[in-house]
Amino acid sequence: MQITVKTFAQTREITGEDKFALNLSDNSTIATVISQLKHRNDKWALALEGSVLTARNQELCDLQTVLSDGDELALFPPVTGG
Amino acid sequence: MFALVQAEDFDQGELYARLKQSADEKACGNTGAIVTFTGLVRDFNNAGDIDGIELEHYPGMTEKALMLLVEQAIERFSLNSAGALHRVGRIYNNEQIVWVGAAAPHRQAAFDAASFLMDMLKQSVPLWKKEFKGDQSEWVAAKASDDKAALKWMQKT
Repeated sequence: MQITVKTFAQTREITGEDKFALNLSDNSTIATVISQLKHRNDKWALALEGSVLTARNQELCDLQTVLSDGDELALFPPVTGG
Repeated sequence: MFALVQAEDFDQGELYARLKQSADEKACGNTGAIVTFTGLVRDFNNAGDIDGIELEHYPGMTEKALMLLVEQAIERFSLNSAGALHRVGRIYNNEQIVWVGAAAPHRQAAFDAASFLMDMLKQSVPLWKKEFKGDQSEWVAAKASDDKAALKWMQKT
């Protein structure tokens, strides 16, 4: 299956990638994606060292969430609006 | 109820009127209290003076997350209506950045709902501030005190 990964703020700046397609095995969780991305390159390893929030199809979710084909997964640092 | 995300500045009077009208549509004559909050950009941070902030957001999710909070506030505090607006993009010192409003039969619910909206917004709406001075800029780090403020509402029943 394939998902779209999006990044924002520091995560986007550090990795230098704001949107890309990622192929995964069926029933992968977000935790699986994160460990896969940590090995993508040094920039990703650095970006995922600190606290990162995740959203599946534009809703905050936890690392155990199972992904489906066509999902949009966003990775970003803790939010600082207000 | 309403949730808006925009680059342009806003008029508090217009937002108040919109909130009041929406509360009246739900229960005319029943609203005894309207509390509104406006956040402004300070001209300093921990390291000194700044020129302003740049707000990045997640288009699509920002609007949804803000609307979800407005709906939760209405439900939780039995409001007649609520609204929220957050600006994005470049915002200079002393400018308005955020507005929330709550309309309720009694004042305590309206005050609590406005606090709830701001505390939860700082925790769950995908917005990120970068402070700039001249051509230098730096991301704002999330504060532990903001986590605590949101946690307080999550623990209350």
